[in-house]
Amino acid sequence: MTEQELITNIETVPETQEYFINMGPQHPSTHGVLRLLLTLDGEIIKKVEPHLGYIHRSIEKMCEKDSYQQIVHLTDRMDYLSCHINNEAVCLCVENGLQLEIPERVKVIRTIISELTRLSSHQLWWGVMGMDLGAITTFLYGFRDRELITDIFEETCGARLTMNYNVPGGVMFDIHPNFQKRTKDFITYFRKKLPEYDELLTGNVIFTERTKDIGYLSKEDAISYGVTGPSGRASGFACDVRKRFPYSAYDRVEFKEIIYTEGDCFARYKARIDEMWESMKIIEQLIDNIPEGEHKAKTKAVIKLPEGEYYQRVETARGELGVYIVSDNKKSPYRVKFRSPGFSNLSALDTMARGNKIADLVATMSTLDLVIPDIDR
Amino acid sequence: MNFNIYDFTEFVNSIKLWLNSVLPPAAADIAGFVIIGICFLTFIVILGLSLVYIERKVCAFFQQRLGPMRVGFWGTAQTIADIIKLVFKEPLISKGSDKFLFNLAAFIVIIAPFMAIAAIPFAKGLHVLDFDIGLFFITAISSIGVTGILLAGWSSNNKYSLIGAMRSGAQIVSYELSVILSLLTIIVLTGSLQLSVIVESQRDGWWIFKGNIPAIIAFFIFIIASTAESNRGPFDMAEAESELTAGFHTEYSGIKFAFFFLAEYINLFIIAAVGATVFFGGWMPLHIGNFEFFNNVMDFIPPIIWFFGKIAAIIFLIMWFKWTFPRLRIDQLLTLEWKYLLPINLINLLLMALVALSGWHL
Repeated sequence: MTEQELITNIETVPETQEYFINMGPQHPSTHGVLRLLLTLDGEIIKKVEPHLGYIHRSIEKMCEKDSYQQIVHLTDRMDYLSCHINNEAVCLCVENGLQLEIPERVKVIRTIISELTRLSSHQLWWGVMGMDLGAITTFLYGFRDRELITDIFEETCGARLTMNYNVPGGVMFDIHPNFQKRTKDFITYFRKKLPEYDELLTGNVIFTERTKDIGYLSKEDAISYGVTGPSGRASGFACDVRKRFPYSAYDRVEFKEIIYTEGDCFARYKARIDEMWESMKIIEQLIDNIPEGEHKAKTKAVIKLPEGEYYQRVETARGELGVYIVSDNKKSPYRVKFRSPGFSNLSALDTMARGNKIADLVATMSTLDLVIPDIDR
Repeated sequence: MNFNIYDFTEFVNSIKLWLNSVLPPAAADIAGFVIIGICFLTFIVILGLSLVYIERKVCAFFQQRLGPMRVGFWGTAQTIADIIKLVFKEPLISKGSDKFLFNLAAFIVIIAPFMAIAAIPFAKGLHVLDFDIGLFFITAISSIGVTGILLAGWSSNNKYSLIGAMRSGAQIVSYELSVILSLLTIIVLTGSLQLSVIVESQRDGWWIFKGNIPAIIAFFIFIIASTAESNRGPFDMAEAESELTAGFHTEYSGIKFAFFFLAEYINLFIIAAVGATVFFGGWMPLHIGNFEFFNNVMDFIPPIIWFFGKIAAIIFLIMWFKWTFPRLRIDQLLTLEWKYLLPINLINLLLMALVALSGWHL
């Protein structure tokens, strides 16, 4: 065949054409204003390009003019589903810088509150995960149980979504007299309800078909993209900050670091479900042993961190949150940088979704548990 | 006029005679058509409204909430309020869309179930089109709807709509096979496609009980396949709101959107009606062999209540599916049909032929 013939031959073969779809910024399953530019061949995904910036509020820049007490209140607007943990991260960082001695009571309260936050975040994730796969009923079940935690939080700190409880040096108020009882009631209730989650979704044939071997992320990729939290641990990356670099009261509680090696959507799903059991275990160990004492260490009205750089990492519901503060001994920091888990987790989406279908992209994104304000800040 | 709730034949005939007596023959025919048309229009609108309300309530109870409660008693007027809202909404047509096809699609989608509903026997004598290929007519007419969906997706000038329409096309064309084959399994026993004959053949027991194991298998396949054919969850690939925003009807608004909505619910009714007629004896009361007393008690309940009761049960079953299961992926959906349902169906049909030949059925 001559070259000319070859070219005409090629031209006569009917081609499928690649096309683009803008998934977002307004789309039901991006859970916020995330825009994904998809390159598709039919329904097969060739490339995923996340475009950010639709909810950028320059929180890091705002931190540079605020006092350290005020910074805490900005962080719960980042990952609004683990706001207590975000607040704790900043507080721990500031306390480190001040070399403050924190009362034992505060440490235990913070740990309990953090684990409750993790539980409520995972409950919401579970509901939304089901909804993304088309089972809308799970959403309402997730919210039903989350409501009880929100009630506890409302009684504790007065808010239901963007909650502020931690302040540098301790917590704002002492726990509510009902706190211990309600938390214990909730744990007994939820221990009965969590198996219901498995009945509704985990055991479902359609669900397992939709999630097994979908959105595969290898351990190497997870480490190089910095995918942390349950998403990273489902790929075999032992990255639980609570275990590796314990803070607050995590060094005195028994819990298992959930690690799966499959790296697919189902493993990420299982990792979160198992994490809920572990969180309940942690709360049960601490709830009856809250030591007596002050709920707050004495701090000056104007906090000035000594010149230097401070870094603190905590485990939020989505992964490792790092707070990096550079101080020049003024009342507001010189520079603040947040290493948000959502941003790093999102970066792996392209690797995970390539070659799968649109429906798989939705499932993958759902198991990454993205919170867009956390990505954009 | 002698109105008898158990047999509408005389009632319908008396209306016909009365029309013929007051009008010339041609005008009487036309008047008959108009009356039937108006009856069906009213019926369909009421049906659509009540099914939307029922779906909302059923879904709410599955999800541990109350559903609409504010408009009217227990929210009964909510769907009416919604329809009024949709009627007054501006009909938007997006730029670059094929306007003619875009408008036509909505009408095709609604026409198909309108025509199919005419062939359904509601009670003895309450039957508009009763001819010897009734079942064939229903399956053929209801598959026109897919043309409307494909046109809607194509003319919307929206990639989400197009993907939704292509999915829907592949899905409906595949699952139609299973629906028809599962119905054929029962046709082997009845020996007729005429719906009134099919109903009459179940006088001493419904086919699901009389037809041995193949009838039960056929019913399960029918329920799965017809749920898929009507684009309902867990097979709502074409809409898949978490993937394709709203699929093929993304660009529709106002009354045309209402058409798609209405068509979905009327299709649901037709599926349930066909299922009830073929497997559960249509309007025929539950009869057990020679158990005279029981049969008489059952006969006392009017056939129209039997019919709507059976339909309600099947519709509840289909709604139950939708509100518990996650959605399948498009390739899994087609695998299910071509690799599992279709072969099972073919073998089942053979099995049924064997059962019918050797007289193992009751």
